[in-house]
Amino acid sequence: MPRRRAGQTGYGPIDVVESRRTPVVPDGVLGMLLFVFAEATLFAGLISAFAIAKAGAPVWPPLGQPRLPVEATAINTAALVASGLLLMLSRRRFKVDRVSAEAPFVAALGLGTFFVLFQGYEWVSLIGQGLTMRSSALGSFFYLIVGVHALHAIAALGLLFVTWRRMRRGWLASSQLATAEVFWYFVVGIWPLIYLIVYL
Amino acid sequence: MAESIPASHGDHEVGHHEEQGFVSKYLLSTDHKVIAMQYMFTGMAMAVIGGFFAYAFRMQLAFPGMDVPGWGLVTPNDYNALVTNHGAIMIFWVAMPVLIAAFGNYLIPLMVGCDDMVFPRLNRLSYQIFLLSAIVLMASFFVYGGAFGGAWTMYPPLSAKAEYSLTQLGSTIFVLAVALEFVAFLMGGINFITTAMNSRAPGMKLYDVPMVVWMIVVASILFMASVGPLIAGAIMLLFDQNLGTAFFDPDRAGDPILWQHLFWFFGHPEVYVVLLPATGIVAEVITTFSRKKLLAYRTILYTVFGTGVLSFTVWAHHQFVAGIDPRMAHVFTVTTLLISVPIAEMMFVYIGTLYGGSIQYTTPMLWALGFLVTFLIGGVTGIFLGASGADIYFHDTYFVLAHFHYTFFPIAIIGTFAGVTYWFPKMFGRMMNETLGKIHFWGTFIPFNAIFLPLFYLGVAGQHRRIYDYSAFPELAQYQDIRVFATSALLVMLAFQVVFLWNFFHSMFRGEKAGANPWKANSLEWAAPSPPPHGNFPDGLPECHRGPYEFSHPDREEDYWPQNQPA
Repeated sequence: MPRRRAGQTGYGPIDVVESRRTPVVPDGVLGMLLFVFAEATLFAGLISAFAIAKAGAPVWPPLGQPRLPVEATAINTAALVASGLLLMLSRRRFKVDRVSAEAPFVAALGLGTFFVLFQGYEWVSLIGQGLTMRSSALGSFFYLIVGVHALHAIAALGLLFVTWRRMRRGWLASSQLATAEVFWYFVVGIWPLIYLIVYL
Repeated sequence: MAESIPASHGDHEVGHHEEQGFVSKYLLSTDHKVIAMQYMFTGMAMAVIGGFFAYAFRMQLAFPGMDVPGWGLVTPNDYNALVTNHGAIMIFWVAMPVLIAAFGNYLIPLMVGCDDMVFPRLNRLSYQIFLLSAIVLMASFFVYGGAFGGAWTMYPPLSAKAEYSLTQLGSTIFVLAVALEFVAFLMGGINFITTAMNSRAPGMKLYDVPMVVWMIVVASILFMASVGPLIAGAIMLLFDQNLGTAFFDPDRAGDPILWQHLFWFFGHPEVYVVLLPATGIVAEVITTFSRKKLLAYRTILYTVFGTGVLSFTVWAHHQFVAGIDPRMAHVFTVTTLLISVPIAEMMFVYIGTLYGGSIQYTTPMLWALGFLVTFLIGGVTGIFLGASGADIYFHDTYFVLAHFHYTFFPIAIIGTFAGVTYWFPKMFGRMMNETLGKIHFWGTFIPFNAIFLPLFYLGVAGQHRRIYDYSAFPELAQYQDIRVFATSALLVMLAFQVVFLWNFFHSMFRGEKAGANPWKANSLEWAAPSPPPHGNFPDGLPECHRGPYEFSHPDREEDYWPQNQPA
């Protein structure tokens, strides 16, 4: 497990400090798992608030609001899941041959970016059809939950991008790849749940 | 995970560092001890502000309508802003940064025997965001409309609609400051848990970790498990305030009770988030100064886990009068009364540790014993509030107020003083003055009880909270003498804090030199020099050979047995 020595800062390869014990889970992965755990409770809060509002409403979905794009989003969901699977493939190859890991990694990054851009395109058309933050509870919750997910996706894509750059320079440790993976799997994994609860 | 990464520069030994300027050494350092000090001094500054607010509104309660020296006339809006920010500051900007962030940062790497946190730069960012949150909060006093005055619980619609709270900007800034603060502690918590799990010295098993480290770890887990719903609520509240959504607005089919659920789902575990580190500090102090092994280490540990799980099932006892289903109230009454069992167990274990020990009444020990006494009163009075039948009468009276001050004061003030006086020699390499320490203890402990014991009586007599002038209520005006008494006791207590500040800053530079291990304690932080340099252990990182509480071992001449000493 590479670890910075005390006081070492800056971007670049890490000084190796002799590890004094072998952790069960590497530092970065454990830290990211804890972060993801806290984020999962954030989504749990948002989704349960949505479920309560939905259950308490006399009519659902609210009248006079456009229908959510269920079919197009299904395709987009598939793209996101495919991105997660490609990252898994990249991980497998990374263990054997670091060069061949790059292609599926870039593909995963590309599909993830496509997902975010497509969501943005959907938002623009929905706003054009009259679904806004203020138009109804559906609109408020839709933009809130999907927006929070999109922010996570953008942050995770940023992390994947940095990981990719390190990979190209040969600076990437396998535990660092695993750290980025955990975040992306979270973004990928929570989306089908949001799709089921918010869209359907 | 053994793998080689090209190193950028040399193989200099761990612990060697270049000389740094003031800014990089004290302001931008990634050293966990410097960050701990930053948290502690920021927390102390915020405590002074929070204490000043308490002084201002207590003066208004005792002498309504008179100019308060240092503040001026306390208007109703001022009063609301003062009590709201007093509560928020004392919990989020004093108890959290000092108990978890300062002690966690300082103690965890030293006590588990490593050179720094696992993510030092994340740690530095954590403090910077925390400082920003404190500045943002204080800024709310200087914006148009003034600071938020809708209670630290931020219940909507009062907090959501500017026409009720009259503080459009103040409310937004308040929620923003709280949210920023939680981001800071999220980063801190990730660091604490990862460091305690992955950086322990070779030989240190999970059951050899000192109790205070375990407590901070469990507190961090509780924090991370509970903070999500509150952040969700905070985003929704910010949207309600500024973007015109109606999540919590009953006029437009929103649900204000939803906020209460989201808030208290966080808010009740939060009590244990600050309680656990304080009990951990008390455990360390009590074992060291009774020269006896901590009774039932594993029992306490399992108790703490149990408390953590239970603390997620009690939140709705804050909402007994908010119109929840009476059957729900029954369930939450049972869980609330249940959670007093593990905490009582912890108390008994501490008392059992004291029993038969060679007790040394040092200043930290006095604080630790004071913690047990006052927290016990806080816990016992909580039972009345946990029972839904009694709570309907007591709700929002001074009984509640006295109860939670009897829990939070021992945690945030008494527990902190126990920790500060105990680890001061390690932090600054010098001893604090014992006589002044004891004067400060009694000067805080007695007035504290004089402030809050009478408030139980006022609460039972029906005195409602959140009223800034009781002279308009004839049946409550007769208790004015008690209010004056409580305020006088507060003034005495605040005056005695000067003794502490003098003792603290004077001892920092002029105190008697402390050796590495002045208290003859066992855990690994005492193996480092006082104060520890950057990198902590200049003679090489320690190894661990036994548990942290091997006091008065029958086979040994000395009555302590440091963890790093080979058998």
